[in-house]
Amino acid sequence: MARIVQPAGQPAPTNAPNAPDAPASNDAAGQANFDAIIAKDSRVEPKDWMPEAYRRSLVRQISQHAHSEIIGMQPEANWITRAPSLKRKSILMAKVQDEAGHGLYLYSAAETLGTTRDDMMDALVAGKARYSSIFNYPTVTWADMGAIGWMVDGAAICNQVPLCRASYGPYGRAMVRVCKEESFHQRQGFEILLELAHGTPEQKAMAQDAVNRWYAPSLMMFGPPDDDSPNSKQSMAWNIKRFSNDELRSRFVGMLAEQVKVLGLTLPDSEIRFNEDTKKWEYGPLDWEEFKEVLAGRGPCNAQRLERRRSAHEDGAWVREAAAAYHDKQLAKQAAEQKAAA
Amino acid sequence: MHGGGASLGDSSASATRITPGFALRPEDIALAAKQGTARPGADVAEYALRLGDDALILAQRLGHWISRAPELEEDVALGNIALDQLGHARSFLTYAGSAWGKSEDDLAYFRREPEFRSAHLFEQPNGDFAATIARQFIAASYQFPLYRELAKSSDPMLAAIAAKAVKEVDYHLDHSTQWVLRLAGGTEESRRRMDAGLKLMWPFVGELFEDDPLTAKVGDAGVVPSSLKEEFDRGTGAVLAEAGLDVSGHPMATGGGRQGRHSEYLGFILAEMQVLAREFPGASW
Repeated sequence: MARIVQPAGQPAPTNAPNAPDAPASNDAAGQANFDAIIAKDSRVEPKDWMPEAYRRSLVRQISQHAHSEIIGMQPEANWITRAPSLKRKSILMAKVQDEAGHGLYLYSAAETLGTTRDDMMDALVAGKARYSSIFNYPTVTWADMGAIGWMVDGAAICNQVPLCRASYGPYGRAMVRVCKEESFHQRQGFEILLELAHGTPEQKAMAQDAVNRWYAPSLMMFGPPDDDSPNSKQSMAWNIKRFSNDELRSRFVGMLAEQVKVLGLTLPDSEIRFNEDTKKWEYGPLDWEEFKEVLAGRGPCNAQRLERRRSAHEDGAWVREAAAAYHDKQLAKQAAEQKAAA
Repeated sequence: MHGGGASLGDSSASATRITPGFALRPEDIALAAKQGTARPGADVAEYALRLGDDALILAQRLGHWISRAPELEEDVALGNIALDQLGHARSFLTYAGSAWGKSEDDLAYFRREPEFRSAHLFEQPNGDFAATIARQFIAASYQFPLYRELAKSSDPMLAAIAAKAVKEVDYHLDHSTQWVLRLAGGTEESRRRMDAGLKLMWPFVGELFEDDPLTAKVGDAGVVPSSLKEEFDRGTGAVLAEAGLDVSGHPMATGGGRQGRHSEYLGFILAEMQVLAREFPGASW
């Protein structure tokens, strides 16, 4: 869902499809072509030469985004078996399934840069890769399904719509489809909250509590403030990122401030206001210490999320090995049959 | 779930296009019952309840796999199958409930164990992936001919629900068949597990094909369970022969699900499924 702005510390891919032909840093023609593409605000495609740093930055961003989709399945899957109506259960299942699909498109997009899904998955389960911190918070009530849809997916959309125009073609195109589905997710989340807010007093209280808990973490999904965001500048120069973290965050706050009125709920921030001079939404201070703690692995569910992914991956190893062995045997069988026929 | 023959590049086939299409939705079934154009008699309702409960409990079991599958593609595939089953359950339960003035949710969330009519197979725990595949292989091998025949039901609503369901279950059967072959023919470990999975699940085959007074009473509106057994044996037999697996020694268990006598597992399934709805009775979600 959300991307995160911190470095992943992943090694640069060594088997990039266009890397072996020429030493990348000396390819003056390639660099000129790349610069021209960026200057024209056009698309870089997998076959094009690209600077190693651009490739690395994209692998980091896209794989973190993919990991976020996959880890992000867990807090919502937590309520599939307990969804309070069959219709809600059906919608929730479809939503979590969409997230697996998003992970798949994004891993595929990253693979065009010369890394493999296996490597990315290994890095994730080894705890070496990052994913959006928001998924390290627990989903303790049904209303969290609403708050995640409305606020977390809402923040993701604000982040991701500009990414549809990202300079790297496969990423931008993957984001088009992801965004269409995310906007569905956001609407279903809003609808859950709307239903709760107009339900019994207990349901309304449940909705308000969820909004209170998810508000600040969802604002922090846009990444650190602009003056503390080390990767933003280069990313914007490469036409990957189009708007600054604070700019997107301000826009998002404005969206929430309007929509929360329809819900009949409140946001836990008394300092939200529209500044007529700057034409921007303003909000109260955020606890960036908490953000850093969660990012550093000390959030409420970091260990739990990683452990679930690791156990699913390790428990499934025998299945993947079986599928590969079966595939090889089928190929050998076909080859033998062709040989016999010849 | 499936494209229905639309070809690549056909804009109407876009996965993101928003359209109800010609799908039969539970809401339509509820409306038809309300308007009096399609309301089942007591026997047909009881029969629909059995089909709905099988699908509901299976969906509940499969839903647990989402975010835990051996490969992302299987998170998607098992999720799809769960969603299909849940869709079938919603349709059957809505139709059944319309005979008694109850909604799908009244039936799913506010019945007690003995009031459920699911067969024991669907209640069995997921186990490892091979056990889930064994259960799924049996379920799809049963549901496919069942829905194909039910699509000819003298009850137009059951026929319509089954006509939609059979197209989806066709894919479920393909999915589980491929996995039975793959696991049996993969590694020593996967073969051992597939064999063990079948040993766990095969005892619950018998109950699926038992006739009782209700299946006789519904007549042409339903499908006589025993009439499906030969095709089930032939279909599963061919796959298991290709896989080199033998289930002939597995004894059949006593069922009773259709009469409300369930496995030990159902209580836990319902406790989890119903907890929130029962905490706030009368609330709308």
